[in-house]
Amino acid sequence: MSEVLVLVDHVEGAVRKSTAELLTAARRLGEPSAVLVAAPEHADAARESLGRYGAEKVYRVEAPEVREHLVAPLVDVFANLVERTGAAAVLLPSDPDGNEVAGRLAVRTGSGVITDAVDVQPAEDGAGVRTVQSVFAGSYTVTSLVNRGTPVVTLKPNSVPVEEAGGEAAVVEEAVDVSIPEESLAARIVQRSEKQQTGRPGLTEAAIVVSGGRGTGGDFGPVEQLADALGAAVGASRAAVDAGWYPHAYQVGQTGASVSPQLYVAAGISGAIQHRAGMQTSKTIVAVNKDAEAPIFELVDFGVVGDLFTVLPQAAEEIQRRKG
Amino acid sequence: MNIVVCVKYVPDAQAGRGFEADHTTDRQGVDGLLSELDEYPVEEALKLAEATEGTVTVLTMGPEDAADAIKRALQMGADQGVHVCDDAIAGSDAVATSLVLAEAIRKVGDIDLVLTGLASTDGSMSVVPAMLAERLGVPQVTFASELSVEEGTVRIRRDSDVASETIEARLPAVVSVTDVINEPRYPSFKGIMAAKKKPVETWTLADLGVDASQVGLDAAWTTVESVEARPPREQGEVVTDEGQGGQALAEFLASRKFV
Repeated sequence: MSEVLVLVDHVEGAVRKSTAELLTAARRLGEPSAVLVAAPEHADAARESLGRYGAEKVYRVEAPEVREHLVAPLVDVFANLVERTGAAAVLLPSDPDGNEVAGRLAVRTGSGVITDAVDVQPAEDGAGVRTVQSVFAGSYTVTSLVNRGTPVVTLKPNSVPVEEAGGEAAVVEEAVDVSIPEESLAARIVQRSEKQQTGRPGLTEAAIVVSGGRGTGGDFGPVEQLADALGAAVGASRAAVDAGWYPHAYQVGQTGASVSPQLYVAAGISGAIQHRAGMQTSKTIVAVNKDAEAPIFELVDFGVVGDLFTVLPQAAEEIQRRKG
Repeated sequence: MNIVVCVKYVPDAQAGRGFEADHTTDRQGVDGLLSELDEYPVEEALKLAEATEGTVTVLTMGPEDAADAIKRALQMGADQGVHVCDDAIAGSDAVATSLVLAEAIRKVGDIDLVLTGLASTDGSMSVVPAMLAERLGVPQVTFASELSVEEGTVRIRRDSDVASETIEARLPAVVSVTDVINEPRYPSFKGIMAAKKKPVETWTLADLGVDASQVGLDAAWTTVESVEARPPREQGEVVTDEGQGGQALAEFLASRKFV
């Protein structure tokens, strides 16, 4: 079995769920090796959870320039590891940095690349990997074979159910010392300001998303109330963002985040194609809208024609009551 | 400063979009237009060029109709157009696209900044900017919500739901911009008239020194095996709120174990 390189996404050593998903998927393709870019004091915490989800090896990258600069140094690290290990595939998170590392790595190593996959499986005879993508606003499913070079795939969050590996095998750790050429240090983050913590899960990785649109009239109170009752992330339609009612970072749709949670609740959102593009692959869809003719109702598993200002609070209260 | 804006001619998302028998996007049977998301880099390039007395070259690759995308950008105010048009290009993947665009940018020459949209509205992989930067040997910074250029450095703001980051990169660089960065202008009557006299060069692969075997469907580094229309979602129960709508909603969510 060959190694499958997985980029670890973590916050100060706390491994994110999307990484557990990547490791779960990597086990289908070979022996998962986690590539961990972390300060030394965060590496121990990360290693434990990486092992739980099946990492057999951890490549620890400590060089500060990899943490401080964008994308290019990481491509140097992966290109080095791909060559050294003869890896069967590279799996990366489907976010801006992951997709960019994927693009550069594919060109540099002469490998096929697929971004934003919703599934990845081994191809017959171990010759590459087979991926599934959802395209054109979720209206088509595309299956592709990637068998050139070392297949590079970015996988969307919530695409693979996380499974622990079981077993107690010790994780092998190896420090990676890659020299980063000067030209890879041309882009860097000079300032970072954390947004005010909402206490809600991140939009793209949340299991439940409650979104508000034009029908909120600018008052997201009921949307946030239902989201908090369900432990959900809050999203917004483009109309609501363009009106200045909610920050752009929360926009769901073609020009914003693409989400595929277990449950998506659309409140006061008509369901234009731009919005569908970002949520149509959600497992269960629920809508509340005053307009019985709103196209969003074509997609729903359950819908309420009514005023979100009465329906959402009533639902939130009932949910709280059931939770006790 | 000299700016190249890469734009794409895409099928109109409001019309029916589909695939050809060989699994490539159907670009013949549908109306196309300049990808909406590419109006933002054009606008940003125009603002930068106006401030620095620079030139804006709009670059596209695609079939003959793709010239419409260039025309639109020229009407907005871009100075000149380059259209890479060659039958061999049809079916090219992102890898081949980045190769052709990189060679075209080299041929334009002496470029400080390459701007793109955040994604195309059809393929929407968002990988071409990074691939282009890799081929040109320059940095890329992406998803800019704000952009400024000063003394050989481009500085952008990038927002996510957890943080707002300021990122700097050395020029030349490839930068992709989002749809919140500006309000693209509509072509004025004067702009439409002026566009008719602006130079548009049409280049073939031979003009770029790219071998036809490096592009197109057969050269793709990934193979699309099947394309299936997703079965339409079956509409579930829709109730009208007569005072108990919220209760009914909570009941449904509980029945699906979300509570």
